[in-house]
Amino acid sequence: MVSQAITTFAEQINLAQHAAMQNDSEMLAFGLGIDDPKAIFNTTQKLAETFGPKRVFDMPTSENAMTGVGIGAAIAGSRVLMTHQRFDFFLLAMDQLVNNAAKWHYMFNGQMTVPITIRLIVGRGWGQGPTHAQNLQSWFAHVPGLKVVVPSRTEHVGRLLYQSLMDRNPTIFIEHRWLHNQNVDATKCDPYDMFDNGAQLLKEGQGVTLIASSYMVPEALHAAQKLAAINISCDIIELTRLDRIDWSLLTSSVNKTGRVIICETARKAYSCSAEIAASLTELCFSKLKLPPIRIGLPDYPEPTSFGLTKDYYPSADTIVSEVIKLFSQPQPAVTPRTPHDVPGEWFKGPF
Amino acid sequence: MNLTQLYMQLKRIRMVEEAIADRYSEQKMRCPTHLSIGQEAVAVGVSANLTKEDAVYSSHRAHAHYLAKGGCLNKLIAELYGKSSGCTGGYGGSMHLSDLNVSFIASTAIVGNSIPLAVGHGLHQYTSNSRNLTVSYFGDGAIEEGAFYESANFAVVKQLPVLFVCENNQYSVYSTLACRQPNKRKASDIAAAIGLTTLEVDGNDLLAVIDICKQATDSIRAGDGPFFIECHTYRHREHCGPNYDDDLGYREPAEVEKWLKRDPLLVMKSMLEQHEISLDETFLEQQIRKEINFAFNHAEASSYPIPNNEESKIYG
Repeated sequence: MVSQAITTFAEQINLAQHAAMQNDSEMLAFGLGIDDPKAIFNTTQKLAETFGPKRVFDMPTSENAMTGVGIGAAIAGSRVLMTHQRFDFFLLAMDQLVNNAAKWHYMFNGQMTVPITIRLIVGRGWGQGPTHAQNLQSWFAHVPGLKVVVPSRTEHVGRLLYQSLMDRNPTIFIEHRWLHNQNVDATKCDPYDMFDNGAQLLKEGQGVTLIASSYMVPEALHAAQKLAAINISCDIIELTRLDRIDWSLLTSSVNKTGRVIICETARKAYSCSAEIAASLTELCFSKLKLPPIRIGLPDYPEPTSFGLTKDYYPSADTIVSEVIKLFSQPQPAVTPRTPHDVPGEWFKGPF
Repeated sequence: MNLTQLYMQLKRIRMVEEAIADRYSEQKMRCPTHLSIGQEAVAVGVSANLTKEDAVYSSHRAHAHYLAKGGCLNKLIAELYGKSSGCTGGYGGSMHLSDLNVSFIASTAIVGNSIPLAVGHGLHQYTSNSRNLTVSYFGDGAIEEGAFYESANFAVVKQLPVLFVCENNQYSVYSTLACRQPNKRKASDIAAAIGLTTLEVDGNDLLAVIDICKQATDSIRAGDGPFFIECHTYRHREHCGPNYDDDLGYREPAEVEKWLKRDPLLVMKSMLEQHEISLDETFLEQQIRKEINFAFNHAEASSYPIPNNEESKIYG
């Protein structure tokens, strides 16, 4: 018997940072708490010890200027990684991100590049509520010049982060907190240097195309199992790049199935899934049997109370229910996750 | 640099900007343009203490900083004309200048927005053990932005090689200091409280600026951390555009008159007289005029950039 080495999503993020800092001796990494005992959910372990305090450091609570500092250092020639424990705090840095990082290469006629990656972690549940659980990814995808990368699988996240770090452009790397403890056999992890076009077919089927990103990928995979039990097979496409989408995989799948459901962890209205639905309608209009369906968050902020969040987030069951509607079949009995506000048994709070 | 050369630099920047103002109404320079007329001594005085490798970041009012650092005049004028031969190929305009050949990294348009970039440049210099420093130019309005406080704080924490240069011309567009900041609290007081080593200077007195700036750059180069200098100065013309706007009445006539009498060129001229240095002003003007005419002709003769697969240019 060969014992399998198990690795987690968080560990893969950590290893990718080590590899990048090893590869580029001028790379800097900073963020609030990056070298503290909790190491940002164990994603930044041993970075400061390995690469020293000059290259890896905690910072003042100054999200806006520190983003600009990272951009300025990147323009000057340092590769930069900045990490925020919660997406929501990064909203203070919109001026630097939108007016500088995104436009710099274009605005200065290609004379300079901005090799900065910004890790943002999206919270969910345990009462994190309105200002600790937002995923505003469509904002970034809307601004020309930013790359928006959204990992979802443990075997894939290391490659995505490593390639983001090695890229010469500003990249927003959005991690869902509920993904950090996912694990997989370490030997299954993708090599860092393989080309990645940001869209992968995870499962092949005939009945419907499920396009998902971030935490909705495991939910979609789970939904596919339930659907298989009632003889509905799905194509599942994982999207990991949101600002520019390679449409070939999506259109070939939708042209085949004629049905598409797009699932994301952000608000549904004015979202990336809205853009995808619109584009697929333009590209596959004659092959669509039914209008595209979007699954996302409702039109109000995440409330805090355990009582208020019960139905806030869509799940595998939501996907199953929507698919079944497409096939006009009776709805199966639903077995909701208990309790609904944590990702699994391992999670005991506080965030 | 001798006194005559210093005066020539002031004169050159003044004449360039007056030429821009004179020709602006031709409507060929089709971008918002903030002239530095009246504030040239700060740029010349700071630059006199910089090497070519020292980096500079500036704000919307950047022409003087760019030219004093050695930025290419032809490329500046062509940029105002929106031509391919401009310093950013017509992509940036007056508010987004760059000349990497002389380490004038960039100017940006949003108030206070380039200060963090300059500190980031200083961070790169620090982590890569460079001997160079970075200058961050900004106005009194930027002092009110959080980005200034945050950037200065970090520069002090890390003891970065950054020279913060505040050109205090007292007005943020038409808004006076009195409505924006508490009476008698100086920008330099805030800077000192943050932990920056701080000096104040008459920004219209070129020799005084050079002297103060030398202290600052010597200190930074000695490894003693970031420095802040507040330069009191005055813009002669409107906030944005080629004209005088004192008919609007937002500045007291007596105040305007006082500052016009302290025009940095007049101050420097009297220095020359004190030192009994004679100057052939007409000849000097002719030389500069030739250079300016060449730059405008070059800009006029250059072609406009043409949109060509622009989406492919947003990533490097």
